[in-house]
Amino acid sequence: MNVRRFNWPLWVGFLLTLGAFLSYFFVFVLFPFTRDFPWANLLLFLIAAVLLFLGVRRGFASDRPHPTRSKITTSIVATLSLAVFGFFVFTIFIAGRWLPASGGAPQVGQKAPDFTLTDTAGKQVSLSELLSSPVNGSAPKGVLLVFYRGYW
Amino acid sequence: MDRFNEVGIRPVAISVDSPEVSRNLSQQAGYTFTFLSDPNAEVIRRYDLVHAGVGENGNDIARPAEFLVDSSGTVRWLNLTENYWVRARPEQILEVSKLLE
Repeated sequence: MNVRRFNWPLWVGFLLTLGAFLSYFFVFVLFPFTRDFPWANLLLFLIAAVLLFLGVRRGFASDRPHPTRSKITTSIVATLSLAVFGFFVFTIFIAGRWLPASGGAPQVGQKAPDFTLTDTAGKQVSLSELLSSPVNGSAPKGVLLVFYRGYW
Repeated sequence: MDRFNEVGIRPVAISVDSPEVSRNLSQQAGYTFTFLSDPNAEVIRRYDLVHAGVGENGNDIARPAEFLVDSSGTVRWLNLTENYWVRARPEQILEVSKLLE
């Protein structure tokens, strides 16, 4: 019942680990500054690691009311936290790089291959039309083609 | 997006999404630029941007890529990101667009 009994650094560290993971995909990914390199999330992971370290020390202390139970719980929570961190690093730094090299893509100075595709109104639109029909009342200086994965 | 229009650049988004999916997306998000549908990834293939078999039911989809094409149809700048989470920033593209006539 006393404060000593509840290992708050361990649990706060664990929750912070989960928060550090999820906040990237729901919050920090929205801002280029925190998206391109997840420094905000790594900082949260670091704070979580300090708390978890303190929590593990407390969990393995000899004055726990239930030493065995405490050690098992602490080990599980610490391992899970480490797994979450590992999965984050994997997702951002390893799986994120699984992209085709696209060596045959048109290079600077080359002509962009023309195409005709359907727009959201069901109209057929070609690149040459996009390059010639007015933007803001005058001929466009250029077209920015943004290829993306899509939402299917 | 208005900032692109101000400098005379027309942003165009291309994916394998159907026109309906893109219409819903652009309406929900309030996007006003052109969305084009390339359901069989034909244009995506012509630009060598196919990311094979990672779409729905193992379909081919586009990897993220951006091209700035000038009024003569020539590529003036491109960005083929090496990491899915790293993308070109609008400021970067606006800076390059200053080079266009």
